Amino acid sequence: MYKYDNYDQAIVDERVEQFRDQTRRYIAGELSDDEFRPLRLMNGLYIQTHAPMLRVAIPYGLLSSKQLRMLAHISRKYDKGFGHFSTRQNIQFNWPALETVPDILADLATVEMHAIQTSGNCIRNTTSDQFAGIAKDELEDPRPYCEIIRQWSTFHPEFSFLPRKFKIAVSGAEGDRAAAMVHDIGLYLVKNDEGEVGFTVYVGGGLGRTPYIGKCIRSFLEKKYLLSYIEAILRVYNRFGRRDNIYKARIKILVNDVGQEEFGKQVEVEWKSIKEGVLKLEQKDIDYAKSFFTSPTYDNRAVDDNSFSEAKKSNKDFSNWANRNLYAHKISGYQAVIISLKAPSVAPGDATDVQMDNIADLSDLYSFSEIIVTHDQNLVLPHVKQGDLFSLWQALDKQNLATSNIGLLTDMICCPGLDFCSLANAGSIPIAKQINEKFDDMDYLHDIGDIKIKMSGCMNACGHHHVGHIGILGVDKKGEEFYQLTLGGSSENDASLGDRLGPAIAKTEVANVIGKLLDVYVRLREENERFLDTYRRVGIDPFKENVYASN
Amino acid sequence: MRVIKNKSIIDDSWSLIRDIENTAPIPNGDVILPLAFWQANRDELLKSKKEHAVWIDGSTETESLLIDIESFAIIALDFPVFKDGRSYSHARLLRERYKYEGELRAIGDVLQDQLFFMERCGIDCFQIRDDKDIKQALEGFKGFSTSYQAAADDAIPIFKRRKFK
Repeated sequence: MYKYDNYDQAIVDERVEQFRDQTRRYIAGELSDDEFRPLRLMNGLYIQTHAPMLRVAIPYGLLSSKQLRMLAHISRKYDKGFGHFSTRQNIQFNWPALETVPDILADLATVEMHAIQTSGNCIRNTTSDQFAGIAKDELEDPRPYCEIIRQWSTFHPEFSFLPRKFKIAVSGAEGDRAAAMVHDIGLYLVKNDEGEVGFTVYVGGGLGRTPYIGKCIRSFLEKKYLLSYIEAILRVYNRFGRRDNIYKARIKILVNDVGQEEFGKQVEVEWKSIKEGVLKLEQKDIDYAKSFFTSPTYDNRAVDDNSFSEAKKSNKDFSNWANRNLYAHKISGYQAVIISLKAPSVAPGDATDVQMDNIADLSDLYSFSEIIVTHDQNLVLPHVKQGDLFSLWQALDKQNLATSNIGLLTDMICCPGLDFCSLANAGSIPIAKQINEKFDDMDYLHDIGDIKIKMSGCMNACGHHHVGHIGILGVDKKGEEFYQLTLGGSSENDASLGDRLGPAIAKTEVANVIGKLLDVYVRLREENERFLDTYRRVGIDPFKENVYASN
Repeated sequence: MRVIKNKSIIDDSWSLIRDIENTAPIPNGDVILPLAFWQANRDELLKSKKEHAVWIDGSTETESLLIDIESFAIIALDFPVFKDGRSYSHARLLRERYKYEGELRAIGDVLQDQLFFMERCGIDCFQIRDDKDIKQALEGFKGFSTSYQAAADDAIPIFKRRKFK
């Protein structure tokens, strides 16, 4: 993984001191609330329902065991002993005191971490494929490019006060696990007819209250132009993006207003002026970034260990877990293990300090000290020998971290909602709890199979409800919490936005309505069809009928 | 009025005219005029004054200045509110693409914590908001010893500075 050099460390250390001084001036009354707001936001600090919320950046979701232990330490020392992993591969702390935030940042800096640009109207953490570097369908590891973008975007002097926030995702595989189509810029590594690898560039995707799928403005971009091309996009956006209405300020609105073709032209014109300048990457610049993302030394005898298949035969719980919570590694004999942060009794995406410490220890033992945060708010140990899986499973199970539900109904995506977030209109965590209570039969869940439920407590769509197979959006109706359901969304290669099922439903009814939707699916599904496939084949009517007709 | 120029506080003779009808008489003295007024009275101004200064807001097309760019001693860039970042792009374009060498002055909601970014974009003069301590604002230049990117300050990006194995 990437290692800071003197430059990186200096910037992060100096940032700690800068923020310490800003916080001091605010507490001393030298900065007003309005003046401090953009400064704290650029550092991931929100003022929330109970206390400030601090979001810490985990670049492209990759953590070392040392870093995870630091996150555990921070949750213990400055918070209430847990952290919340977000859909953007970051972690959020819900209870730090404002005056301790500079100390938290200083602690983070000792393990090459920070909270820079985790909120505010600037370029946010660049996200990527949770299986980068290990997926069989990967053309090239996207993370070196994420790191190049991270450095270019950090304290960018021209783009720190954009019309609105800006999110970039890079995918390097056939299967898009980075949801690149719903980002302000989505980059796909592709091979052209000459066999050369570069990027296809999508722009203007996004969720929120006006969701759009990204539009392709360049089908092939040579790698050396990566930074100059995105600088051109950002400059056009910074100059011409709307600033009169916060809800119309994302780049997707600009792209939609001027049109995909015209926007692409404006970018090309801007790009021509800068492409051969100082932003042009040389091969050695790319090689340098790549040198941090090499494969660990795998054991080529790992494949000979048969204890894994023996254990599967003799232990049904282990076998259930192995069937759901593993992902095929490109090296035979190895597996990526997905640690579910969706145990029935827990808020989706939360981990305690003890769990984090434990996972760090297990990654040292079994996975070259690496941990990855997924978009689905789970954690991955990317390189586990198949012969170690049974012991690992036993250790995880002791920590309530071995729920066999990856990809199933209860592997829900969920924002903090009304319980923590001051923007929310409705609760998310209580709905997750309701769903967990209703659907507690593992055999039923396995029978329903792959389904993505995504839930947001307001239109800002932090829970990505638009792209859930079943999306749940909390709304406020005269002071009461209601829930608007959508069906048929997806954030993968076949990206689509969900269709509205009908009028919003009462809070107590959400799990029951999901039950009715699943009844329709079970009745109409053909062999091996996922919920999403059945929905796409039969359309919304039978679902609508079963939910609303009986009322 | 006192402004920060090249990181020092100096007394300055220029006064900023925010609003003026295009048909009004030309004000006396060293004045920074709205671009629209300057353009409407261009010929007369070029005859009557030695030095010229205009201010523009974020929505001005940077390119609309080009025809007269050599006439301006000062181009002032307005930051109506802290979070309006359009003038950062103006600054870089004027310096890097259009090779403007006169003064670029930040006006409006100009506060300590933006100065680092503004300076990197090529702004060399800062009219700090009236209610703030201009001396304290000088601290705003000190935060960082290095930067990842190149910008109008000629910094070489870190990826070009690293020593490769």
